[in-house]
Amino acid sequence: MVFSRILKSPKALTGLVLVGSMVLLALFAPWIAPYDPLAIDPVASNQAPSAEYWLGTDFFGRDVLSRMIWGARPSLLIGFASVFIGCVIGSLIGVTAGYFRGWVDAVLMRPVDVLLSFPIVVLALAMVAALGPSLINLILTISLLFVPRFARVVRGEAMALRELDYVEAARACGQRPFTIILRHVLPNATAQIIVTCTVFMANAILVEAGLSFLGVGVTPPEPSWGNMLADGRNNILGAPWLTTFPGLMLTLTLVGFNLLGDALRDILDPRLRGLHN
Amino acid sequence: MGLLTRFIFQAVPTLIGAVTILFLLLRMIPGDPAQAMLGADATAVDLARMRHELGLDQPIWVQYGLYLRDFLTGNWGNSIVSKTPALDRVLEALPDTLMLCGMAIVIIIGISLPAGVLSAVRRDSWVDYGVSVAVFLLMSMPQFWLGLLLLLVLSYWLDWFPIFGTGDAGDPLSILHHLVLPALTLAAGFLGLVTRLTRSSMLEVLGREYVRTARAKGLREGVVIVKHALRNALLPVVTVIGLTMGQLLGGAVIVEVVFARAGVGTMIWDAILQRDYPQVQAAVAVFAALFITTNFLTDLLYGLLNPRIKI
Repeated sequence: MVFSRILKSPKALTGLVLVGSMVLLALFAPWIAPYDPLAIDPVASNQAPSAEYWLGTDFFGRDVLSRMIWGARPSLLIGFASVFIGCVIGSLIGVTAGYFRGWVDAVLMRPVDVLLSFPIVVLALAMVAALGPSLINLILTISLLFVPRFARVVRGEAMALRELDYVEAARACGQRPFTIILRHVLPNATAQIIVTCTVFMANAILVEAGLSFLGVGVTPPEPSWGNMLADGRNNILGAPWLTTFPGLMLTLTLVGFNLLGDALRDILDPRLRGLHN
Repeated sequence: MGLLTRFIFQAVPTLIGAVTILFLLLRMIPGDPAQAMLGADATAVDLARMRHELGLDQPIWVQYGLYLRDFLTGNWGNSIVSKTPALDRVLEALPDTLMLCGMAIVIIIGISLPAGVLSAVRRDSWVDYGVSVAVFLLMSMPQFWLGLLLLLVLSYWLDWFPIFGTGDAGDPLSILHHLVLPALTLAAGFLGLVTRLTRSSMLEVLGREYVRTARAKGLREGVVIVKHALRNALLPVVTVIGLTMGQLLGGAVIVEVVFARAGVGTMIWDAILQRDYPQVQAAVAVFAALFITTNFLTDLLYGLLNPRIKI
């Protein structure tokens, strides 16, 4: 049922197509990219888009199109991995806090509130500064940013769900709390969790790109959209294509996830229907 | 509860928690924290003294205690690069960042409120669709890309705005001129949220009885919308704008770097690239304190505006 509604929603379809194309680009980058993204060619430095290099070349003569295609990999990998980790840990914290309330809630949510007391980019910068930039550290950092955010969302859901009759009934039947949480509370929070994941994917990719742009994310020469934009900034007037195209890819990806998130919210969460159309 | 009591019981523990996280982060730096604090060219004597000063020869909980004490007494250490107190440098750079955020708030309010009201009043018209598409694109555009595009087109190609810097001190016009593009860039990401919320909040209020009554009384449509509907619709919007103020600080880091403006954001960035940990710490702590305070004030304001909620 949900699938047929996704297929009928132009918003969801556009989002799916955008996200799907980025995933395909990332998966098949070695076969799609016309050049080696790391191959340096001093003769072809800073060339404007042409028949040979469709989107031009950078200072080192590397093909912008190929780097852009390969750049989809770190963005999506870091996005998926950190949202996944953040979602699992955050949801467990949130559902436990929201279901038990009382001191469990207080103990679990205090650190969550503290983590939420930093602006997102600032905490990410401080963490990467401490840990040092590497793929694993980036994923750890960005996951940690999303743990408290997932915890907040899922806690709210759990607090609403625990009051419902069927949860009450399960309790009356003597089911153990964790069975109730796993069987009755979490499954009913799935819609909200899926919507949140989709929207947070966009945020996670944005944070990764931001960190790479600031020079503490994906380390050059490995291409990522963020560090390509940082390169572009250094020669914005002489080679504007270095700035334009990677940013466009990034924006299209974010538009895709945001559209999908919006559409899924409309489809999965009837309470919000009509509010954001 | 009194204001002060609430602040002490809600905001202060969070702030101490934030400082605790900074303490833990400092301990997570691979290798010797004293080395990290002093930089690569530190002598063995300096290192030993720093280790003692940081209390690294003590058990971890004593270290934590010392750290908290230093933090509360304003003894935040010196910047490795400039050798001057890290906190002073942050406070020096703060006005530029606050000015940027303040201007962004003005832009957000100036654009989002009218746009939101207009799309609610003209629901499902082309204005509504236009606003929602524009807002959606702005929400999805990374600030650093939007900033670079604005720089490229409006500063480099058309030469309408300056390319970098904060302008001549003492010349308000020059400062304002330098502020326009960065503030627009910073505001862009938040325009969507506030516009959408204003729209949906207005739509809800426009359907209420008292709006119908006001219309039935024969009041002019403009008066109905501004005095009766908007005033009531603003409550959630004000809250979100308050929460946005904290988020703007995070955005300021990237925007300041893109436009090469002085401020706490560029300071954090420089400090990280130079491994100036005391400076990073001081700047991040100040940001966290501001963030916690604005969120606290937003809560208060929400209570004041909405008598139904008891604080």
